[in-house]
Amino acid sequence: MATMALRPTADIVRRQVVDRTMGALLCLSAIVALTPLALVIGYVLANGLAGINLDLLTKLPKPVGELGGGMANAFLGTLIVILLASIMGVPIGMLAGIFLSEMGNNHFASVLRFLTDVLTGVPSIVIGIVAYTLIVVPMHSFSALAGGVALALIMIPVVTRTTEEALRRVPQSLREASLGLGVLEWKTTLFVVVPSGIGGIVTGIMLAVARISGETAPLLFTAFGSRFWPDGLNKPIAAAPLQIFQYAVAPYKDWHSQAWAAAFLLMLLILGLNIGVRVVTRTGFQRIR
Amino acid sequence: MTVEERNVELSLAATLPARAAEVGAEAVTRQAQGLKVEKLGAYYGNFQAVSDISMDIAANKVTALIGPSGCGKSTFIRCLNRLHEVVRDARVQGRVMLEGQDLYDARMDPVVVRRYIGMVFQRPNPFPTMSIFDNVAAGLRLNGVRDRVLTQEKVEKSLQQAALWDEVKDKLKKPALALSGGQQQRLCIARTIAVGPMVVLMDEPCSALDPISTLKIEDLIGELKRELTIVIVTHNMQQAARVSDYTAFFLGNEQRAGELVEYGPTKTIFTNPSDQRTENYITGRFG
Amino acid sequence: MAAAIPAAPRKVLPLLGAANFHDRIFRGVVVCFGAIALLAIIFVIVGAMVEQSVVSVNTFGLNFIWGQNWDPVKRQFGALPFIYGTVVSSFIALLVATPISIGVAIFAVEMAPPWLGNTISVVVELLAAIPSVLLGLWGIFVMIPFLQTTVEPWFIDRFPNVPLFQGPPYGVGLLAGGLILAIMVTPTIVAISRDVMLAVPISQREAMLALGATNWEATARAVLPYCRSGLLGAIMLGMGRAVGETMAVTMVIGNRADISASLFHPSYTMASVIANEFTEATYDLYVSALVEVGLVLFVVTVLMNAAARLLVWSTAQSSQQLGAL
Repeated sequence: MATMALRPTADIVRRQVVDRTMGALLCLSAIVALTPLALVIGYVLANGLAGINLDLLTKLPKPVGELGGGMANAFLGTLIVILLASIMGVPIGMLAGIFLSEMGNNHFASVLRFLTDVLTGVPSIVIGIVAYTLIVVPMHSFSALAGGVALALIMIPVVTRTTEEALRRVPQSLREASLGLGVLEWKTTLFVVVPSGIGGIVTGIMLAVARISGETAPLLFTAFGSRFWPDGLNKPIAAAPLQIFQYAVAPYKDWHSQAWAAAFLLMLLILGLNIGVRVVTRTGFQRIR
Repeated sequence: MTVEERNVELSLAATLPARAAEVGAEAVTRQAQGLKVEKLGAYYGNFQAVSDISMDIAANKVTALIGPSGCGKSTFIRCLNRLHEVVRDARVQGRVMLEGQDLYDARMDPVVVRRYIGMVFQRPNPFPTMSIFDNVAAGLRLNGVRDRVLTQEKVEKSLQQAALWDEVKDKLKKPALALSGGQQQRLCIARTIAVGPMVVLMDEPCSALDPISTLKIEDLIGELKRELTIVIVTHNMQQAARVSDYTAFFLGNEQRAGELVEYGPTKTIFTNPSDQRTENYITGRFG
Repeated sequence: MAAAIPAAPRKVLPLLGAANFHDRIFRGVVVCFGAIALLAIIFVIVGAMVEQSVVSVNTFGLNFIWGQNWDPVKRQFGALPFIYGTVVSSFIALLVATPISIGVAIFAVEMAPPWLGNTISVVVELLAAIPSVLLGLWGIFVMIPFLQTTVEPWFIDRFPNVPLFQGPPYGVGLLAGGLILAIMVTPTIVAISRDVMLAVPISQREAMLALGATNWEATARAVLPYCRSGLLGAIMLGMGRAVGETMAVTMVIGNRADISASLFHPSYTMASVIANEFTEATYDLYVSALVEVGLVLFVVTVLMNAAARLLVWSTAQSSQQLGAL
């Protein structure tokens, strides 16, 4: 009786061809997906490096139409706004994260958790409108404070979830050991659990900072931008991504090259934070959640 | 083989493209075959899990692999249908002969091998998105069987052989996960035999099941061996004694690689083993 | 000299009352400044959006959604052009990004060796970290010229009578918007698809292989169906992101409130019109209309996000699958 042959039949050959073709297509899709990243980083590097000079970091923008000048106020502005956002956002985010992690086994917490996740998907322009309504309207002025509030609103859900997950990774036995020794619950949480999970918490905060430092939309009508040094928290303030946007859509070539240079620095900061965080926590090639 | 079965076989062959005849067609054969293992070694990276196994697995018989945990029985059985190499960095040395052909020949496609050597896993793993019918038909559809009547016949036949037909004939379109654990495992058995393998490997098929389901499956194995060769890994010595014709005793050596200590008719192994280690294991002195 | 009398030993367990007090303060702080604050934020966002758009809602009613005419001068506000622009650009983005993203995820999980798979995932995540405005910058000076000089003329020459490819090659337009959104949406879909696929038990794949399947068949018939609702969730989350994207789209879509069948025609999205016109809105109805656009955007994104996360949760079984993405 005919037996199993070493050479496969035609239909198996066809299936193998399909298998190999799909394999090639999948590999191709990986290359296609990574190409934009390479292109963007490449162009920012190429165009940005050319325009880097000390002026960019030290001089104010020149009046419209004049050549030269820099974006010092924008970089300073970014720092100020990020600081404001962090002061408001990190404590609330951490506390909410502690709540969800340590007291979060009930229905209310589940709902809150779900809402927080949904909150991370709210368009940043909508957050800008909310901050405008809350701060700009009553103050009758665009302000650094409004910008900070907008960015804080974006930061809080992110920090909440990363804090919660960092604390959830702390083994339960650590809590039990501490409580078993008679340490009060609040001390256990604050001095045992949180320090144990601090790595993940800091990682989350740094990634959140990296994210908000590139946000432009929420600043469009809160911080509004400016061509001068920051004048007070209740006045408009420049910010790097905002300035990049305004320069990019303007018709002046000089502004374009400044935009590329600023983009280079901004990208350096953001990618640096992202990569640095992975390297420092030695998560390396594992996915950060 | 009856006339009807012959016709079914022929019509199955007829669903393959005509070129099949030229390429050295494989005829779907219901005749069970034995396996001849020659100096089989299996590695995970640099770690050798199985060392130098040689044995003849008889056709139409049930061969049980027994031994303590971690001595390579599962690894060994997965080498028989070339499933071991799916794991990253895993490799195999040696030969496994089926009908005089080496399954590990460089020209041999593992896909072809697995068509003839099926496997039932430790935990029942029906495809959850498919109905009971579709689960059993999965292998058929994979191999290009499109004829609805033929598929239905084969599914019914397989479910009958797996002693599951009466329980599910009214709910073939229901999801597979609606069945109990024991029923799911019999479903997996039906799925495996539907494609007409010569050998069926079973890796502790009853360890996740209750005693009644276990007995049902053991009866099933007794029936199935009339048409198939069965190799079963089991932790349960009584099961091995009940169900198998031949038994192989595995044990890890000093490097923790699994070795074949003794192999023979089940009766002999359990009543009069030649090796002292076998006797120690059988009588429960370790393991 | 009398020996000092040792003080009464301090109780090992503090008085019940005191412990409760400190704990209660702590709990109070956490709940108040953490949970309640978070909840308050959510309510404030919803409240602010609703309150600011009330004027416009009352003035235009449902005609706001169907109205094609957005004319601040004549005080006429119909948001259909923006809804159209948002929907079409997002649709293009998903059409392009979905096969590529799921392909990358399959490649990283099922085909590539672990070191390569993980590297690819990390690199794709870095793509997610690039701010929208930088992608927009690249879009304006690199992608648009390329579309304008190479891609669009090619289509216009080859398909002169197809409505999809009508019109002069501006470069900016729906196609540009869709493509840049595709780039931004890819990391989201890849990350979640990957998570979802990694959660598929390996015995499913092995069962299919054991029946005599090729690698691709095992993936397509066992792994993908198993996690299909999670994959759908990934796509929906991607859509949610595409709909809400502002800067990059604004910089390449042309910012013209037209409804046209052509891919090459400039268009306008909901997020873009808010970004461009909010600071120009000089009277209340104008502002209110823009906020109403934002409200529509908000509702759509939230619904899509919520549905998507429920889908992903149903595959996942552990909340680790959902990160702060």
